[in-house]
Amino acid sequence: MHPAYSVIVFTTASGAGYGLLFWLSLAHAIGAMPNIPWLSFVALTLALILITVGLISSTLHLGHPERAIGAFSQWRTSWLSREGVAAVATYVPAGLLGLIWLFGVETSLTIPLALLAAIGAIVTVYCTGMIYASLRTIRQWNLDLVWANYLSLAAATGAVLFGVLLALFGEAPTWVAMVALAATAAAAALKIYYWQTIDSDYGQYTTAMATGLGHLGTVRPLDPPHTRPNFVMREMGYTVARKHAEKLRTIVLVCLFGAPAFLMLLFLWSGLAAPLLYVLAAIMATTGVLVERWLFFAEADHVVTLYYGAQRA
Amino acid sequence: MTSLPETTEKKLGLVIDLDICVGCQACATSCKEWNTGGYSAPLSDHDPYGADPSGAWLNRIHSYEVGEGQGAKTVHFPRSCLHCETPDCVTVCPTGASYKRAEDGIVLVNPDTCIGCKLCSWACPYGAREYDYDDGVMKKCTLCVDRIYNETIPEVDRVPACVKACPTGARSFGDLGDPNSDVSQHVSERGGYGLFEEFGYKPVNRYLPPRAPAPVETAPMTQQSEQVPAPDGSLAERLFAWADQAFSR
Repeated sequence: MHPAYSVIVFTTASGAGYGLLFWLSLAHAIGAMPNIPWLSFVALTLALILITVGLISSTLHLGHPERAIGAFSQWRTSWLSREGVAAVATYVPAGLLGLIWLFGVETSLTIPLALLAAIGAIVTVYCTGMIYASLRTIRQWNLDLVWANYLSLAAATGAVLFGVLLALFGEAPTWVAMVALAATAAAAALKIYYWQTIDSDYGQYTTAMATGLGHLGTVRPLDPPHTRPNFVMREMGYTVARKHAEKLRTIVLVCLFGAPAFLMLLFLWSGLAAPLLYVLAAIMATTGVLVERWLFFAEADHVVTLYYGAQRA
Repeated sequence: MTSLPETTEKKLGLVIDLDICVGCQACATSCKEWNTGGYSAPLSDHDPYGADPSGAWLNRIHSYEVGEGQGAKTVHFPRSCLHCETPDCVTVCPTGASYKRAEDGIVLVNPDTCIGCKLCSWACPYGAREYDYDDGVMKKCTLCVDRIYNETIPEVDRVPACVKACPTGARSFGDLGDPNSDVSQHVSERGGYGLFEEFGYKPVNRYLPPRAPAPVETAPMTQQSEQVPAPDGSLAERLFAWADQAFSR
């Protein structure tokens, strides 16, 4: 599958934003947020900026972004529509929380609002994952592991960002580093399990099935239907060389998982230089998650390639 | 509405005879010609006369080589929307632009509400949907919905453009939901099949398989006619060798 940059930016930025929103809301709901003026408001604003940048980016790959309002209508069948509805719904409690924190209103309403925002964050990221996981045409996507990867990576990148903000405000509680470490470890385990799963599946569909000509012998392309690649081949036929994929997977393992985990451990062990360590971890995780998302598309094989010479898909 | 109709009154579709298709591309070009000028905006092309031409086409004709040895054959293989009964290309659509008609089962895209997210093309295992970069919407076979019901054209022309154009009669059109229709009868006589049934979208279009080749009578090969005799050092051979040398001087 062709890795569209707008979709990579959308899923990674909004994923981190929803992860940050989730941890912030959860910390507020259980009363674990340090009492620093503006901290919660700034964290929430950053989360909403990331989410909004992601959502705007997602409209960039549309042919008619001005009609995007129509995408909220088909939530009964379409995961893309459900994602849109969940994203907009999550703005409501998150926006109210922002207003309450901006004006410094003292109210116990913030706890239910924070819980709603946390639930909204989970539901939205789950819907994002399901857009891909529901496509039976792509075996590397049609897995429950896909939405689990989306959720765990949002949690991991969001937790690192949460740590950055706390550290920049001069707070570096041990539990935040533990949460970031645990979320990163869980995301790493799920991603490695995902790679093992897709590597051991060579595809159940064949050219013989796609053409229905298998009873006559092997089916081999002779003349292509067009002299240059068409939309279908450019969009669905994009493949990444195996050796490049392995190098990129190593980059993901190092940048997205290894480096942030090492930096969190270093902080837990030394307790020093929290802002520096967290910012470094965030830079590494951002690089890693962009590569991870690019690979998620580039490693995905679509069954339509069976008509263009792929033997299995 | 992107919910699929539970049943459709008719199941209009194409029947494509792989035995007699000669891969001439007439169906593809007449499809392009009709659909670029009718329903919706033109089917745009990019760099059509340059080194890297591309464009939105609704019908693509592959040619495959099938089988081995003497039984091997070339099969020309038109590929377009199969107007499936349970396709995800309809249900994934976030806006309801992609829909299946309850009256005749035709799967269409509403070009006025499509946002061009391309998700429907990802959901199609047949590669039947092609994005139009100029129009910003997805394009696909309409089964020439603007011909088959068109009372302003002669009745004989009220068939899809590809069917009308096929010089060998490899394409026909009709109600595949009616077991007594001509197309259904033809399909059952010839053992017609749906493409990629294993995938489970219940395609409506039917393909008629290539017939088994007639047994080829091969004459037994004889040494005299097929093989050059090995040199045996005879008088005639030596004479020719001498002549060859003499003339080569």
